[in-house]
Amino acid sequence: MEHVLSYMTFIPIAGMVVVLLLPSNSANLIRWVSAAFTVPPLLMACWLFANFDTTKPGLQFVERASWIPAYNIQYLVGVDGLSISMVLLTALLCFLCIFASWGIDKGVKGYFALFLLLDAGMMGVFVALDFFLFFIFWEVMLLPMYFLIGIWGGPRREYAAIKFFLYTLFGSGLILLAIIALYFGSEPHTFDMTVLMSQASRYGTDVLPFWPFNVLGWGFQHAVWMALFIGFAIKIPAFPFHTWLPDAHVEAPTAISVILAGVLLKMGTYGILRTNFPMLPVATADLAFWFLGALGAWNIIYGAFCAMAQKDLKKLVAYSSVSHMGYVMLGMASFTTQGINGAVLQMFNHGTITGMLFLLVGVIYDRAHHRDIEGFGGLAAIMPLYTGVTALAFFASMGLPGLSGFISEILVLLGTWQKYPVLTIIGASGVILTAGYLLWTMQRVYLGPPNEKYKNLPEINGREMFTLVPLGAIVILVGIYPNVVLDLLRASLDHLNQIVLPHLHS
Amino acid sequence: MDLKNLESLSFFYPEIILAGTILLLIVVDLLVRSQRLLATIAVIGCLGSLLATLDLYSGQQGWLFHRMIILDNFSLFFKVFALVATILTVWMSLGSDEIRQVHQGEYYTLLLTCALGMFFMASSSNLLMAYLSLEMVSLTSYVLTGFLPHNRRSSEAALKYLIYGGVASGTMIYGMSWIYGMTGSLDYAAIQAALTQSEVSKVTLFMAFVFILAGFGYKIVFVPFHMWSPDVYEGAPIPFTAFLSVASNAAGVAIMIRFFFPGVSRLGDDGAWALVSGVEWPHVLLLLSMITMTVGNLCALNQRNLKRMLAYSGIAHAGYMMMGLTVLTNEGLTAILFYVVVYLIMNLGAFLVVVMIANATGNEEIESYRGLAWRGAVIPAACFAIFLFSLTGLPPFAGFVGKFFLFAAVLNQGGVFVILALVAVLNSVISLYYYARIVKTMFLDSPNPGERSLSIAANNFTLLIPLTALTIIFGIYFSPLVYYTRQSLRFFVK
Repeated sequence: MEHVLSYMTFIPIAGMVVVLLLPSNSANLIRWVSAAFTVPPLLMACWLFANFDTTKPGLQFVERASWIPAYNIQYLVGVDGLSISMVLLTALLCFLCIFASWGIDKGVKGYFALFLLLDAGMMGVFVALDFFLFFIFWEVMLLPMYFLIGIWGGPRREYAAIKFFLYTLFGSGLILLAIIALYFGSEPHTFDMTVLMSQASRYGTDVLPFWPFNVLGWGFQHAVWMALFIGFAIKIPAFPFHTWLPDAHVEAPTAISVILAGVLLKMGTYGILRTNFPMLPVATADLAFWFLGALGAWNIIYGAFCAMAQKDLKKLVAYSSVSHMGYVMLGMASFTTQGINGAVLQMFNHGTITGMLFLLVGVIYDRAHHRDIEGFGGLAAIMPLYTGVTALAFFASMGLPGLSGFISEILVLLGTWQKYPVLTIIGASGVILTAGYLLWTMQRVYLGPPNEKYKNLPEINGREMFTLVPLGAIVILVGIYPNVVLDLLRASLDHLNQIVLPHLHS
Repeated sequence: MDLKNLESLSFFYPEIILAGTILLLIVVDLLVRSQRLLATIAVIGCLGSLLATLDLYSGQQGWLFHRMIILDNFSLFFKVFALVATILTVWMSLGSDEIRQVHQGEYYTLLLTCALGMFFMASSSNLLMAYLSLEMVSLTSYVLTGFLPHNRRSSEAALKYLIYGGVASGTMIYGMSWIYGMTGSLDYAAIQAALTQSEVSKVTLFMAFVFILAGFGYKIVFVPFHMWSPDVYEGAPIPFTAFLSVASNAAGVAIMIRFFFPGVSRLGDDGAWALVSGVEWPHVLLLLSMITMTVGNLCALNQRNLKRMLAYSGIAHAGYMMMGLTVLTNEGLTAILFYVVVYLIMNLGAFLVVVMIANATGNEEIESYRGLAWRGAVIPAACFAIFLFSLTGLPPFAGFVGKFFLFAAVLNQGGVFVILALVAVLNSVISLYYYARIVKTMFLDSPNPGERSLSIAANNFTLLIPLTALTIIFGIYFSPLVYYTRQSLRFFVK
């Protein structure tokens, strides 16, 4: 199992090749083959989980090979506490989403081939430790996403797909410039993230002599930080770069919405923690309050209010993602043990909870062919099992004690309280707003007298339950015993905190 | 070494073979009228010349024919480039219905003559030679642009090309006369010596450079000398448009680098070039580069004809390539050479798909690409998408690596060049919009009802698949190409 991370990344690509070679009219064969190729990464993820040494803060399962020696580009992969939870999440969600895609019947071959490529791209982003490699995976993920939304999406799919593509490409352009700047700042020039981290003191903090940097008092390090931050903030998505998200979510097919919310959004916060924090600690200390803390608090409130105003169930879930990712940003900005652990746990929890929510929206959409919140009513009487699972997801999302969302939100708020009480109060009021829009939705869609029109809606079926049960189990497990995940994170995140803390002013 | 006429001949094989092939083509065309035979002769001739060129690579360097042309790795690189482009174009022409209607013998003869002109463009070390070689390429290009008989667009394009070309080369030779007046010489080495030794008026020298730039700029297609390109691209036969977009552009880059870098600048120990007289040259190029890429991309946004769109995209790419010139370093020049190769692969690939679809549908409007992937042309559509995303600069395709090196060269300079890099990033985003629009039309739109599925001739796949594969391979493993371009940046100065 020496190359376990490489296998996890490249088995889906092998799957893509196999799927492309299958005859395009045997749809079921393609589905099963694709599913088969997501099983080994999932099993390997379980193996990783079992064999990961939780006491070590450093990187594990590292593989290193020279790739383009002329520019010191390496094939370098590895995981630490920060990335392992994301790797587990990606492996699980990709496996489940294959089954959530079972209903796709147009261009089946293309869909599953692209899905597997997307799987590989996401896995690669989380394990890559060479900046060049990271960037390639980061971009490789864009192409299948564009096609998956654009070909298999809803009525406004073309608009949503190109909007997603343009926003992200703009961000990744900035990331690329930042990568090159870091490359030339290091000595000897390298893309190796571990070396870049150890050379963090090389990146100058002297105020640059021209506008706007002289006004803001920013140095080279701050400029690079900002370029990286904007690139990642678009993915999170942080206000004001969030507008692609509702469009993309609403138009994307169910499984792709799950992937978008469950994995892609995490790449933004993951990127910040992986690169901005350890490589640019001074700038992180200077800028975190406004650009992570305050912006995160604003994201919580803004996303919640937007969610409250939605009439489309999927759009509501999309805006709730904006709100929940705000907790991640807020927790990261606190630089306390609880805050940062809460933030990364929230990344994991949001992946499972929102994954469930999107799957549930998909279930009802497949039956009623619309997602209008006002158009239902009394579904609890018609589909009791479905309503029960939905209630679980809703309560988890709103942070009910005993479910996973509660643990991460409370950790974030506890951590932030020690540093920024005002932001904590703002963030905490987001919990109330969340409860508001979710309970209100619950009441309008599931409670009340049953809608005559939907009297004969079939109950949730076995395949759909199969995709929901693992996520629900994780939500409950992490809610009761959060150390399952927290143990993985703790050592690495404490180490990360220690890098930035000396540079904080107060 | 500095060789006389007869001694030079032994280093002149590639040109002799190519010229011999041209003559042979004319004779054979009189005897047999077979497209296949003519194309085969042309390809064999080019291959022979290619072998001879590679044989000289990294060998002896020096002046040939009384310091008229230079033999060094840099010129050999562009000779190889011109030959490869010609071979691919001939191959592409074989599969094009447009070319089947025209006079075959003349077509291949002119194409090879154009390539021969490019040989001299890359290797001239004398202003007179530079002018003559540029005109040789231009004149053959005018004829080939207007080569479609009874086609108004084609003739109109040729005329426009001719007029613009006349003005540009007139301006250029006027600038050359200023240089001659100031230095008393046409020879690059002598010009450089004169500029360093005696005091020349900086303003006059700057003006002379700007005039000369008009001629080079018109070949590389940068703003404001770009006006001819959309019409010419639209009117010319598609394979020749493809040739023009890569080979003519590259030859322009070659002659420009040759004149402005080893010609009138000096290479410092740190790999940075210093212009002899402290003319504020980089800033002009910087501005031109930004304007060129922006104008190209913005104009491409609303094009309905694919060839016109690719013309504007070509202008934008000329702007990207100029980023490498502005920094005046060897790193920048290497990045340009790399980009030129990558651009050859992806742009020829894109044009090849245009040829294939034009064969099947008879036009190049974007509308005729609607739902292409669902009309029995999924492989060309997928390859086209790869070429277009590569042109955008997305990994894991070759175009990304090309852009990456250009960005790296620019950012390494720091300062005001960071703005150039930012503008280039914004431009990449803009360009994604129109490239993705084609992809959208091919994949995301469903075909018009009643549209029959296309029959794509299989013969073009033999070229399409290797080009696609190269686009991906050079995106993932580009070490050999980097090595080759670094080797090629060896100028013979003295």
